[in-house]
This record gives sequence, structure tokens and C-alpha cells, in this order.
Amino acid sequence: MAQHQVNYASAAGLPIALTSVDKLVNWGRSNSLWPLTYGLACCAIEMMASGASRYDFDRMGTIFRASPRQADVMILAGTLSKKHSEFARRLYDQMTEPKWVISMGSCANTGGMFNTYATVQGVDRIVPVDIYLPGCAPRPETLQYALMMLQKKIRRESANMNNNTKNNLRLV
Amino acid sequence: MRKYTPKDNVQKKAYYTDRFWVAPRVPREKVEAGSHFAAVVDALGKLAKESYIEIGQLVVHIDPTQNVEVMRILKESCGYTQCSEQSAVDYLAQDGEFELFYQLLNITEAKRVRVHCRIKEGESIESITPLFKSANFAEREMFDMFGIYVNNHPFLKRIIMPDDWEGHPLLKTYPLQGDEFASWYEVDKIFGKEYRDVIGPENRDPSRIDRYDTKRFSRVGYEVPFGADISEGEKENPIEYSETILVDYTKDSGQQLDERR
Repeated sequence: MAQHQVNYASAAGLPIALTSVDKLVNWGRSNSLWPLTYGLACCAIEMMASGASRYDFDRMGTIFRASPRQADVMILAGTLSKKHSEFARRLYDQMTEPKWVISMGSCANTGGMFNTYATVQGVDRIVPVDIYLPGCAPRPETLQYALMMLQKKIRRESANMNNNTKNNLRLV
Repeated sequence: MRKYTPKDNVQKKAYYTDRFWVAPRVPREKVEAGSHFAAVVDALGKLAKESYIEIGQLVVHIDPTQNVEVMRILKESCGYTQCSEQSAVDYLAQDGEFELFYQLLNITEAKRVRVHCRIKEGESIESITPLFKSANFAEREMFDMFGIYVNNHPFLKRIIMPDDWEGHPLLKTYPLQGDEFASWYEVDKIFGKEYRDVIGPENRDPSRIDRYDTKRFSRVGYEVPFGADISEGEKENPIEYSETILVDYTKDSGQQLDERR
């Protein structure tokens, strides 16, 4: 049985990695960001390309999920019309905490070229946005970069989401 | 950004008119005797108030009360079996009227007919959905965009805008950027009216720069902490360049390769 018994006291180092709960939790969160399969307009084409084999989101632990209950990230990819804004908010509400939002493309950021009565002038009017990703439409590399920035943001957050306000974010 | 000016009077009084400008107009030709279209006009008889050819298409003006009758003759006697488009044009400021049009297609003859009629504001029109199924959505869209009621339509409901929308966006009097209802629509619906103050008005100018907004903007050489109040000015924070790391690459750059390696 005890063939591989380790004498902890005499070994050169203890087989223990010291870390904080925050680091461990954030390591898990940031490396398995599951976005919601949710496309609104042409930016969704770029989002699909990012998920497909050429740009391959899977290697970053990012797998699109078709249910908001299983998703961590909402990528608002495209023009959000006023008629649809209610449903976008409902999907956001259905996602479980912790959750993050990437606003992808000019239209989602500010309404873009659709300066009209029927378009939401920036999705931050209805959901809190973590990353604003410019471009019309942003290339898949840009979306990858946004996702990496989001990972970076998550890694410096507190594991307890209630503590995460704009003022106590550690600027790294 | 350009200021919005009300467009109520824009049809009556254009802001710029050139005395010598003559608006180009599509030439109208008479219906040639013996042609396919002549037979169509004959079949309509007195129902056609005016008829002419524009770019190879027959245009017929009719009375709005007789639209179903005209459509039935065109469909059953003349072979126009498809209604490809139906909508209206807002001439309210100019004439106090809407111009409705029906675009019909004859597949066997490859001919098109456009039927025009004019109705006053507040008047409604009879539905042609029993004759053409495609008119169902077209009439709903016309109702949505112009507020023209269609009598005996099977399901007259808004089709593009949300059901609880106020106003009809394709009217010339509707502001492009929406009225107050439109600009607060999603906030009112999701959060309630009391949230208007929290969220604030729509930012309609994506290139707007606020000098004192330190949450969204920072000034190079005058960086301050996130959200700091700089209404009283900020301290200069001069940019420092390293003097040792920078390398002058233009020095000794005269070396040239004489032969291929």
C-alpha cells in the first residue's frame, strides 16, 4: 500500500501550492468563459467565424452555449433594435451570476450609423457592459482580443462578485 | 451634430428652390392600341380613371372605393396573379392625401401593372387579401408605417414596430430620431419610467467628447484617476521619454550590401 509514502517534513518542498481563493476562483472563471450563442446582426457573422475552426475559440476555453442558463458571457454582436431590447435584457437576466457582457461593434456600442428612432443608442442603456469592442464589423482577432481583455479583467476581480465595484478594481 | 428641424411643412415650402430647376420626370406614353396593355385597359373600362405607360409598365389610376373590383378583374380576366408590393406614399402636407399603390405581375406575359389610388387622411381602404395572399403582410406594414386602416383585413396588427409603439414612422411628420416615446421606449419597458433619470438621455453623437468626463476620456499628459472631478482643472503630468533606451537608427545606416548573399 504505502509504497509511495512521502515524508513531507524531510522533502525539499511541500507538495502544496499556496494561493488565494480569489486566484483559484478567477483562474477557473477566466479560463472557461462560455458565451451565449446570440447574434443580432452582421457582427454575429464575425462572432461565428471566431468560434469556428480557423480562429478557434475552443482553445481559449470559450465554448458557445445555446442556453443563457449555461452561459457566462453575453456577446451583444450587432444592432440592437428597440423592439428586441426587451428580449436581450431578458436573456441577460436569465444568465446565472457571475456574468459579463461584451458589446461588439459600433452599433452595439453607440447605435453606430443607425441614428434613428428604432435602434437602441448603445446597449449599455439596458445591460451593464464590461468590454466595448470597436469596429464595423470587428474582425475575429479583435473579438479574441476583447475576450482576452475580459479574462484579464476577471483575473483581477474579487471572487465575491458583490465586492466588485468600479472603485476597488486592482489596476494591474 | 445637425439639429433636427420639424418636417411638417417641408413639402409645401422647400428650404431651397432653384428657379431654373425642372424636376426630371419619367416619360409617360400612351397605351398603344392592340397591345397587351390596351386589352387590360379595355377590361377595366370605366374603372380606370387614367392610364398610361411608364418604363414599360402600365399605370392605372382608380377610385379607392373600387380597388377590390379592379384587382379582381386584373387577376381573373387579365392574368395578373401576383401582388408583388402594396404600400402608400405620404402626400399629406402637399395634398392632404395618401397615395396607395398596388404592384401586380403577370407571369405568363411578363408584364407589370401599377394601380394607384388616393385616399384622404383618416379614410380607410378595403383589403385585397382575399384575392392576393401576399397583400396580407403588405397591408399590415402599410398600417404600421402610415396608420392607414384596412377594412376586413384578417389580422390587422403592427408588423415591424412593437405592438405598443406610438406613432407611424414612415409619415413625413415623424422625426427621424424619434419622439419622446421612441427615445425612452426600451427604458420605460424594461426598467420603468422612474429609471429615465438614472439612465439619462440617448447619446446620439458617437463622436462626442466631454472634456470633463474622466470616466470615458483621458487627456494625454494630464492623466487623473478614474472618475476624478476635474472641473477646476487638472495637474500636468508630463510625458517622460527614456534617453538611454531610444536608439537612433538613422545613425550608421549607410551600410549597403554590395553582393547577394
